[in-house]
Amino acid sequence: MSFVKPHVDWLALAPVLALLAGMALALLASVIGPHGARRGLAAFWCFSGFVAAGILSGFLFDRSADGGPITAESMSRDRLAALAAIIIAGAGAIAVLVSWGERRREHAGEYYALLAAAGAGMVFFVSASNLMTLFLGLEWFSLCLYILCAMDTDREQSLEAGLKYLIVGSFGSAMLLFGSALVYGATGELGFASIADAVSQQGLSDDYLLLAGLAMLIGGLGFKSSAAPFHMWTPDVYQGAPTSVTAFMSAATKVAALVVTMRLLVTAFPEQHDLWTIAIAVIAVASLAIGNLAALVQRDVKRLLAYSSVSHAGFMLIAIAAGNELGGRALLYYLIPYSAMSIGSFAVVAARERELNGPVTLETIGGMGWERPFLGVAMWVFLLGFMGMPLTGGFLGKFYVFAAAYDRGWTWLVIVGVAATAVSLAYYLAVIRALYMRSDTGLRAVPVGGSPPIDVPLQIGVALSLAVTVGSFFFVQPLIDLARHAAASLPF
Amino acid sequence: MTTALILLPLAGALLVWLAPLPGRAAGSLAFLVALAEVGLWISTLQRFDFGASGLQFEDRTSWFSDLSVSYHVGFYGFSLWLAGLTVVVGAAAIGYGFWSGRERPRAYFGLLLFLIAAIVGVFTAQDLLLFYVFFEAMLIPLYVLIGVWGGPGRTGATVKFVIYTMAGSLLMLASIVVFGLSQGTFDLVDSGTSDSYWVFLGFAVAFAVKAPLFPFHGWLPDAYRESTPEVAAILSGVVSKAAVFGFLRIAITKFPEPAQDFAVPILVLAGIGLVYGSLLAFRAPDFRGVVAYSSMAQMGLITFGLFAFNDLGLDGAVLQAVNHGLVSATLFLIAGMVERRAATGELARLGGMAKGRPLLATMLMTTGIVALAVPGSTTFAGEFLILAGVFDQGWVWAVVGAAAIVLAAMYVLRLISAVLHRERGAAVGDEVLDLRPAELALLVPLVAALLALSVWPASISDRSFPNDEAQRAVTTGLK
Repeated sequence: MSFVKPHVDWLALAPVLALLAGMALALLASVIGPHGARRGLAAFWCFSGFVAAGILSGFLFDRSADGGPITAESMSRDRLAALAAIIIAGAGAIAVLVSWGERRREHAGEYYALLAAAGAGMVFFVSASNLMTLFLGLEWFSLCLYILCAMDTDREQSLEAGLKYLIVGSFGSAMLLFGSALVYGATGELGFASIADAVSQQGLSDDYLLLAGLAMLIGGLGFKSSAAPFHMWTPDVYQGAPTSVTAFMSAATKVAALVVTMRLLVTAFPEQHDLWTIAIAVIAVASLAIGNLAALVQRDVKRLLAYSSVSHAGFMLIAIAAGNELGGRALLYYLIPYSAMSIGSFAVVAARERELNGPVTLETIGGMGWERPFLGVAMWVFLLGFMGMPLTGGFLGKFYVFAAAYDRGWTWLVIVGVAATAVSLAYYLAVIRALYMRSDTGLRAVPVGGSPPIDVPLQIGVALSLAVTVGSFFFVQPLIDLARHAAASLPF
Repeated sequence: MTTALILLPLAGALLVWLAPLPGRAAGSLAFLVALAEVGLWISTLQRFDFGASGLQFEDRTSWFSDLSVSYHVGFYGFSLWLAGLTVVVGAAAIGYGFWSGRERPRAYFGLLLFLIAAIVGVFTAQDLLLFYVFFEAMLIPLYVLIGVWGGPGRTGATVKFVIYTMAGSLLMLASIVVFGLSQGTFDLVDSGTSDSYWVFLGFAVAFAVKAPLFPFHGWLPDAYRESTPEVAAILSGVVSKAAVFGFLRIAITKFPEPAQDFAVPILVLAGIGLVYGSLLAFRAPDFRGVVAYSSMAQMGLITFGLFAFNDLGLDGAVLQAVNHGLVSATLFLIAGMVERRAATGELARLGGMAKGRPLLATMLMTTGIVALAVPGSTTFAGEFLILAGVFDQGWVWAVVGAAAIVLAAMYVLRLISAVLHRERGAAVGDEVLDLRPAELALLVPLVAALLALSVWPASISDRSFPNDEAQRAVTTGLK
């Protein structure tokens, strides 16, 4: 038996390798760097890793006009993966800026190394084009995130979040793995495109093993995108994890999970199109209902944003449920402002948390808009974006999603989305009200020693998120072109 | 030109927000920008060709091409008048805010300028998505303006206001998606007409909430009572006219058939709003309550004109929209001035303010007399055109409208006598002053505009639609 070494496309791997190098350098720096500079060096290398990965992905995007599977159909080199990698890298870079102000004495090196490793895992994951690499990528970034969530070992909540995420996440991974096994069992293929070929050639479209596998794959990925009913971990983990980790997870994990969901379903299961579009639509509706209704009663801002992220998973799943090219474009466009809004809003929460040295609730955030004008306005814009108000990319994201659903002929889904948006106003406006319209009786005690100084890197991170949120409204055409090219990688 | 009218207040807003000016300077800068905006509008008016049909001062740039959405703005005759109303009332409102002094002036005046930009945008937008953008952008500053600077019940007022209006406009968003994709373009000039009832209803509900028409008026009394007088002036005088524009430019001219088919239910709602609003205004216990409910009644009347589907009705509706905008803005500002002096707007505690305060009495009397549509006033001209127009749809509507005019006389006279005449009220002390020169300087232009229109109402009613454009618009759509 002879073994033919497959050709390795180094450019396609370059973003992953850049992040891995960032990770290694961050770890090394935190061990052998000069004492005072260890934290700074670790952060620097992690940041450089994300920036390099972003630039290389941009290069890859440019060079992968007609992409396809590479390295024995284990990965795809295409614009879809490259665009998702750019978003993930951007989110990671901003997450580093947000993390910098965290008053963490220990484990700074490990923290930044794990952040880079998680980013590498996600970048690898979005290019997966075979069930094996899919699972590998998923576990890769999940393991890093489990540890990151539990990083604040002195806070019980953080440990609880890590454990909860580990247990529920492992359940999700197990489901995905079992689903992969069933699909492999039915078709004898692992590659996405080969599965589709096998199904059409062997007439397996109604095979029970295959359908059970498909359902489990959707469920397993649903855990990662925190779509209802697989969202149970989201509020607890988002609340308990260090806020900078939450910021990164809420943006990057969602990008990775949703892009891969779309790639898997569109590439591997074209014959079951009618089936999975309905399944995804049902999950989307459940996410919209549960996320929005549960958010209404939250007092903790991080929990509130966690439920909002569940509801946004619902909105973006509508785009996948549309199952058409417009839907692909809608998803990829929406992910750009969504990531910025999500990471930006958690960054503002992180700033407040550091000021207060305690949890941020609707009471303790009171008056922040006047005390910190820039962060207040930024938070306002992010929340308007979540609501889908004009002057933010969130509006056009929703508009595209609704357009895709209508294009599919599902006007009812448009109506559901509109109703969900109407409900969501209540809790987003409650945050804005708290920011600006505090009653005079709600004055809080000033922390000992006055407010801490302004955290410049965090402000830069918020400013970048703000620029993307607002910029994606005004400069739609270039972003839509990117999304169109990326969506063209999939066989809609 | 059109873009400049939108960008000028927007740039002013950014300048007021970002430049580190002291409070007085921020206010005066905002007022200057608002005056410059009036000047810009007047020069637009001079260059506008009222004889030509179609869009003028058109600006168009592609925004995103795959769904053919573009930044497309321009003026029709009627939208030019509505924009004029906006800039004039906006300048008076900013002037009044500046004169009375508001906390956090940079944020406040910046938001007012932003609001003016958004409203002018609504009246000029020729692309459905752009229209929606401006329509919603009005809500952002209004939410904060009421919620932060409003009265004691502001929280409830803002929540109600936003929930009502957003529920309406989200339905409109669904309608926009459906209409735009089925037409293949979101452009109002390029797209054809549609006969879908559901899509029409999505638009109609949004505008009915904004106007507001009965039974969508739940937000109105709180929002008008709790906001500052100048914001109430803009809200009732100008923002409600976004509904007039929406009905005229979208609901009627893009859906001629559904609009005709739904005319009777809408006229019924408008009629109920007209009579019910007038009765509520007659019973309202406070100054602002009277103006707020009269606003609702007047919007019902304007809707009569719109759904008359003829030349007379549409001309009258546009004229009456401008009239009512000026009247209610003036009355809200006067209400603010009275409240400032008496520390209350309750009619039971006011009274006898005419004695020794001739300027206040003159202003309120003049505006009131125009508001109750005495023959010879511009509101009389507007109402007459509307009633003559709606007669086409059935004599019963004209009867309802005429009855409402009688009711209008009742509530306006009650207001005037409760504030100015009768015994002196408990809240009116000797120290209560007459209008100050600055207040007078803000009111006189508004009242003068009303009087000028009374002399020559045809300046608007003959210049809203060229030739037979109104007639064509309601049957085959507006190009």
